[in-house]
Amino acid sequence: MENIAKLIAWKFGNDRTRLMDMLIEIQETEGYISKANARELAGLLGTSQADIEQTISFYHFLSMKPRGRYSIYLNNSVVAEMFGRKAIRETFEKAAGISFGEVTPDGLIGLFDTACIGMSDQEPAAIINNKVFTRLTPFRAKEIIRYIREGRSLNELVHEGFGDGKNQDPRLRAMVSSNIRRKGMVLSDNYHYGKVLREKLPTMSPEAVIAEVKHSHLRGRGGAGFPTGFKWEFCRRAKGPKHFVVCNADEGEPGTFKDRVILTEKPELVFEGMVVAGYAIGSDQGILYLRYEYRYMKDYLEGVLQNMRNEGLLGRNICGIEGFDFDIRIQYGAGAYVCGEESALLESLEGKRGEPRDKPPFPVEKGYLELPTIINNVETFATVVRIIENGGEWFTQFGTEDSTGTKILSISGDCMFPGVYEVNWGFNVNDMLDMVGAYDVQAVQVGGPSGTLIGPDEFYRTLGYSDLSTGGSMIIFGKQRDLLREVVLNFMEFFIDESCGSCSTCRNMPQVMRNKLHKILDGKGVKKDLDDLREWGKLLLASRCGLGQTAGNPIISSLKNFPHLYERLLQRDKTFDEGFDLEASVKAANAYVGRKAVFHHHEH
Amino acid sequence: MSKPVIATTSLAGCFGCHMSILDIDERILQLIELVEFNKSPVDDIKTFTKPVDIGIIEGGCCNSENVEVLRSFRKNCKILISLGECAIMGGLPAMRNGIPVEECIEEAYVNGPTVQLNKERILPNDDELPMLLDRVYPCHEIVKIDYFLPGCPPRADLIWEALVALITGNPLKLPYEVVKFD
Repeated sequence: MENIAKLIAWKFGNDRTRLMDMLIEIQETEGYISKANARELAGLLGTSQADIEQTISFYHFLSMKPRGRYSIYLNNSVVAEMFGRKAIRETFEKAAGISFGEVTPDGLIGLFDTACIGMSDQEPAAIINNKVFTRLTPFRAKEIIRYIREGRSLNELVHEGFGDGKNQDPRLRAMVSSNIRRKGMVLSDNYHYGKVLREKLPTMSPEAVIAEVKHSHLRGRGGAGFPTGFKWEFCRRAKGPKHFVVCNADEGEPGTFKDRVILTEKPELVFEGMVVAGYAIGSDQGILYLRYEYRYMKDYLEGVLQNMRNEGLLGRNICGIEGFDFDIRIQYGAGAYVCGEESALLESLEGKRGEPRDKPPFPVEKGYLELPTIINNVETFATVVRIIENGGEWFTQFGTEDSTGTKILSISGDCMFPGVYEVNWGFNVNDMLDMVGAYDVQAVQVGGPSGTLIGPDEFYRTLGYSDLSTGGSMIIFGKQRDLLREVVLNFMEFFIDESCGSCSTCRNMPQVMRNKLHKILDGKGVKKDLDDLREWGKLLLASRCGLGQTAGNPIISSLKNFPHLYERLLQRDKTFDEGFDLEASVKAANAYVGRKAVFHHHEH
Repeated sequence: MSKPVIATTSLAGCFGCHMSILDIDERILQLIELVEFNKSPVDDIKTFTKPVDIGIIEGGCCNSENVEVLRSFRKNCKILISLGECAIMGGLPAMRNGIPVEECIEEAYVNGPTVQLNKERILPNDDELPMLLDRVYPCHEIVKIDYFLPGCPPRADLIWEALVALITGNPLKLPYEVVKFD
């Protein structure tokens, strides 16, 4: 066989920065990346084999061991668990005759866990060879395994038909549902494809575009809320031979799926927003960094981009603006939550492990390939188009003073109508629960695991950057849920899995905290343990990026708002219980080296 | 009023945290004005000679001797501080925690690439040696710890600020620049 590493490396110009593309293609073709291929790639790209292997090991969907001709990745997010993941998992294991993390002896089927795949409104869900299967039941799990064994094709595994809206597009044909349940300015049907680029952009200078965005007070929709106009202005002013526009579509925060819906239903709007940004900051290159979980959209999105090129909305001298060239390519991740952090995303874009960079310098000065780069969320780019279309002033009439415009929420969990809702900022939680049909609510997780867990006495609070800030993930928990065991533990395991490992605080502290939570759940906890947990939450702030700094939030936030859940488990009669037994802990080593335990009781 | 008394020790650590204590540079002269050192590698006092106010622990516990020293610190000190990554979270030595202790011994004394002269499979089992624990424990899993100062090692400024705050009774301010991991 022709050497696949060589072919694929050649396809991407033997360019080290395109390593992600190469690894993904080898993984998809071969089902894994062999040591021989890793060595071959290292030689071709002028780097070390260790460098290639450390990159592979960083991403969940890349592997140096075969993952099976059919690799089943079953989501293990909290909402999947709430809607019956355990039964699906057991059925898959029984039907395939293997445990999760294994491949059948004939190499046909592999079973793997994976973090939130952005389908929280239709769980339990799994990805099989880049095809998404939603609303799984034990019956379907059994059937899928049987069909695979019968040799049916991937498409033949589908019985459900296709989802709503654009999911039926011939290039998409996904069983995923968009579940748009409330539209505002961004999701509005009143969108005229290409109008802003053709009619507005040629009449405005780049500075005028930035001024309009600044006037709108638009803030980043990814969660951090940095003012978009300022970001663009800093980047425009930064010196560099080339500037880049990057769209962050790595929504990995469990419970978030609105970017998936925007990219399905309004991809042109997002790409137009990127063109506007390119014009504003003086860039000719846009990159959509799309999480690998959304790989099923590849042909569809490529098709949309090609249409835009055909219609002169991408390419050279766009819409007659002399000298304004801009094109967009799609870069896929390979499964890593931390790559949603913008500097980790840049590392990944450059074909490396997605470890966050030390800041400053910020990406607007030194971003992709060390050149000035803006990174904005999918929703931010989509929103920008409406601002340029209608003016910054118009935009400020929506929302509140410090949070203008609308927010697209991903709402999931215990409610009648999970899905995507676009609301004005300033919406309060009570209204939100009424809107989605949620009754007997015990708690709401606002902003995903890194956000806040609030109870009914805080449901009067409003969504906005000054109160409940959120990138859009809202998970509702009914009275029947065990918050500590079902929710907090799940979130802590998520952070433990997703730490890049660069800072010791984030690499270790979530495990230490999780262990402490286990101790409390086992009835061994004392009050001092709660004090320790609160202290340790602060230590995490020493981490380099937002993931590390918020990795203790599931515990810290539930301890703050639901202290009774912890306190009722504590031992009342002890102030300290280490649960440590010196004699027991030396037993194994002593037995192995052949000695008896002798305890000196020296006074030190 | 007599000066507060400080004791320090390094358990399963690399002494990097103690180096960081020395990194307060000339402020160490000020520190000596403020406090008195008892049992510590800094002054080489080997045993506690009086009750101590603040005990500073570097490193977690990997063997029985670490546990005994830590317990004696708890007994003799009013306040205990876990200083640095290893004391708080086990740190680098805790890398062995996912591996059975038998395998670790085998790797260290028999199979390791640097082991060449142990054909008789001699494993250290003299009664004088500390006994190896099944895993590396952070200090708070053995005794009650009052404060935690993060870092690998914690910056000298962080140690200085924390000590001064403790001694003077002022609230401790830890800006991001001082606690930041890198």
